Amino acid sequence: MKRLFKGGRVVDPANGRDGLFDVLIDGDRIVRVAKDIPPDGAHVVDVPAGFVVVPGLFDMHVHLREPGQEHKETVATGTASAVVGGFTAVACMPNTTPINDNAGVTEYILQKAAQAGLARVYPIGAVSKGSNGDQLADIAELRAAGCVGVSDDGRPVKTALLMRRALEYTAMFNMPVLEHCEDPSLKGEGVAHEGYHASTLGLRGIPGVAESIMAQRDIALAELTGGAVHICHMSAMESLRAVREGKGHGARVTCEVAPHHFTMTDEALASPVSYDTNVKMNPPLRAAADRDEMLKGIADGSVDCIATDHAPHHYDEKKVEFDVAPFGIVGLETCVPICFDRLVHPGLITLSRLIELLSVNPSRILNVASGALSDGAVADITILVPDLQVTVDPARFKSKSRNTPFGGWQLKGGVAATIVGGRTVYMNDAAAGAGRFK
Amino acid sequence: MTTRQVEAPPISALRHKDLLGISDLTADEILLILDTAEAMREIGDRPIKKVPALRGKTVVNLFFEASTRTRTSFEIAEKRLSADTLNIAATASSVVKGETLVDTALNLEAMAPDMIVLRHAASGACHLLSRICRAGIINAGDGMHEHPTQALLDAFTIREHKKSIAGLKVAIIGDLLHSRVLRSNVQLLTKLGADVWVSGPPTLMPAGIERQGVRKTTSVDEAVEGADVVMLLRLQIERMQGMFFPSLREYFTVFGMTRERLKLAKHDVIIMHPGPMNRGVEIDSEVADGPYSVILEQVSNGVSVRMAVLYLLAGGAEHETAV
Amino acid sequence: MPIIMDADRMGRTLMRIAHEIIERNRGVDGLAIVGIRTRGVFIARRLAKALQQIASEPVPTGALDITLYRDDLMRHAVGPQPVVRRTEIPFSIDDQKVVLVDDVLYTGRTIRAALDALIDFGRPKEIQLTVLIDRGHRELPIKADYVGKNVPTSLKESVHVRLIETDGTDEISVDNVPEEKS
Repeated sequence: MKRLFKGGRVVDPANGRDGLFDVLIDGDRIVRVAKDIPPDGAHVVDVPAGFVVVPGLFDMHVHLREPGQEHKETVATGTASAVVGGFTAVACMPNTTPINDNAGVTEYILQKAAQAGLARVYPIGAVSKGSNGDQLADIAELRAAGCVGVSDDGRPVKTALLMRRALEYTAMFNMPVLEHCEDPSLKGEGVAHEGYHASTLGLRGIPGVAESIMAQRDIALAELTGGAVHICHMSAMESLRAVREGKGHGARVTCEVAPHHFTMTDEALASPVSYDTNVKMNPPLRAAADRDEMLKGIADGSVDCIATDHAPHHYDEKKVEFDVAPFGIVGLETCVPICFDRLVHPGLITLSRLIELLSVNPSRILNVASGALSDGAVADITILVPDLQVTVDPARFKSKSRNTPFGGWQLKGGVAATIVGGRTVYMNDAAAGAGRFK
Repeated sequence: MTTRQVEAPPISALRHKDLLGISDLTADEILLILDTAEAMREIGDRPIKKVPALRGKTVVNLFFEASTRTRTSFEIAEKRLSADTLNIAATASSVVKGETLVDTALNLEAMAPDMIVLRHAASGACHLLSRICRAGIINAGDGMHEHPTQALLDAFTIREHKKSIAGLKVAIIGDLLHSRVLRSNVQLLTKLGADVWVSGPPTLMPAGIERQGVRKTTSVDEAVEGADVVMLLRLQIERMQGMFFPSLREYFTVFGMTRERLKLAKHDVIIMHPGPMNRGVEIDSEVADGPYSVILEQVSNGVSVRMAVLYLLAGGAEHETAV
Repeated sequence: MPIIMDADRMGRTLMRIAHEIIERNRGVDGLAIVGIRTRGVFIARRLAKALQQIASEPVPTGALDITLYRDDLMRHAVGPQPVVRRTEIPFSIDDQKVVLVDDVLYTGRTIRAALDALIDFGRPKEIQLTVLIDRGHRELPIKADYVGKNVPTSLKESVHVRLIETDGTDEISVDNVPEEKS
């Protein structure tokens, strides 16, 4: 069946488009994007004024928790959460139980994703067997099974030598190593950013340098090997400095920043509520200077993408002492409103740049054919409403978990519909009117 | 910042359900507690050391860390006020069976205690309980965060010797990083207008401590010079595995409080220590047992201060009932 | 605001009570005066002075704070606690004849609390009670041994005692202010 999305603003930076265009899709493919396409028998969908048609958003850093931690999230609930958040695709980290270090786990995840039939799921395989940092996982096998990158996320690749080997080995598949940058000895038993607030509250600190020191190691190794390293959930200004420098030298380094790291600071440890375990994440919320530097990097192009590090945890696990609570927050359903409210509306970046951060660049980094509304491309499309007023209500999350510090935030900007392979998998009836994008 | 006359506290009530930390108290509230403690002290000198003030109230002492001194002090305070007390030590409780702190608290709560005195190894544990319990929570030490009744009894002891706290030079020396006593004392002493200096190895200096209105120095001599009060913190030897300083011997040489070093302080300086002491590490025995030492007074004042806290909090928050 | 006792009358009343105390106890031997905070303490001191004038012998004088013995202390689930002040009885009351002093005798509950408090300090031979004003309306079986003035009042009235030491003037009045307690 053909559908013609008529009259909307199309923002498609990969094709240099930002203007009023029609989008014609047939089945799971985009036929054509052009001005004034005649209906010619296609079902016409009028895109209301103020709505924006963009290539499907891609969150390249989520934890779907399946297999093994289904009480936190499953592939089905995680992808349901993704499409509500406007994401047509996610890349899921390998720290499941068991670890995704073999084709069996990868295939299991992909099978669950196919059953759910919502967002596309691109698994990230482990760098090392069991993510133990001792021996490389079967990376070619993981690649063949569908993994698009490797990472020992949750912990850094243990030694410089192993990182070197991983970068050398993955280069032959043109696949990046995604690195959770953290020096374990500097992190120690830390639970929060090392600074005034952690200090006053008696929480053990993690300095920003614990992250940047590892980023520096990895960037140096990327230079040495020619491999591609991607710095996950970057939070410290020192790391960004290292990334900028590495890029300047031509190292194959890219990086992502999570919404909480460019909106919140370690002040959240103390207020409005002290010791809220929903502000405990790793890397931790940093100082205002770090947060401002992340914003600067997003604006000046040195940050490549925004990824949520969606990390669902059961409420029982978070309803404990701050020291004991697991790190992480959910992020899929709050990302778009935060990006609009804090980046686009204040004029820090254009909508086109936001789409680069949320769609074009993740696709490029992971070598996935998405992130563009090109003729003949798969019809993964997100329709955004920049002026939609949104109040974050965790009780309505599609994710199995509700661990967010953003509850109650009033934000401007939202999602009207998410279309995966030509199929509308999410419709925000309140924003768009019932059934409009069916 | 001024201290007021003993007979006329500027405020007459503590409108809190909990005492989670000194950070929640105003200077006036601190003075009310100290003044009330003043009145409570006399009860300990009576032939019958008991008043019926908290008759019928149940206080649970929930201690997840061993602490003879603080637990005993609270228990005596509770008994002197005629409260019914119940001691729960973590090792003997269901905690060892894997029950969470929240579940333990909810089970206690079901037995309707009026107050819970909590000692716990995690910073913020008292905040967690205060959010889920109707009972008032008194922090008896949470991780590296605060130990408010210790700071109050320290202030009480200082006031006894120096009348007013405002303007005094107080040097706090030792393992600052891991010390909840430090954090509570810094809050309290700066609120009451003292000139607070902190000193210790740079490796044990909490990040951003200077933003709390204190002056930091790695020179103990500088901190002690002209001090009215020298407060030594316990070196948590069990936590010292992490390369914070080379050896106990070197620590004592550089940071230990000796009689020689103390000569830099005012002639009427007082020496305090929250205990338990490591003699020959942070403090020379000569100093600990010397004439300036008020370490044992601190212990006895603990009871009066805790009585005051228990009594004032028993009134709870909100209500404005005439009495 | 009818004044029921002025400064002059107050002085004479205290002197009269001092004579009554000495008469009843055949001197001041074995006698101790304990005032109830706040105003009872100052009245007690004046009384002690009067006794010394008459008997030429000092009488030990103390101050008693009864807050921690109040029967209404924990009656409200929540509510600010009354301020606790110091009790100062720097002598043994064992086998003494203790004269308890307060400004106004009303329901008798304060005196009940004071009796309980005193007993915690020892075992006096006898406790006697002095008040400046007895306004009636007893709720407990308590009676004063020495009364400055009996003033029948209604429940709506309140008795205000002002003393030089606390209020800058010596004067007792009855006010028709409902709700307020003296």
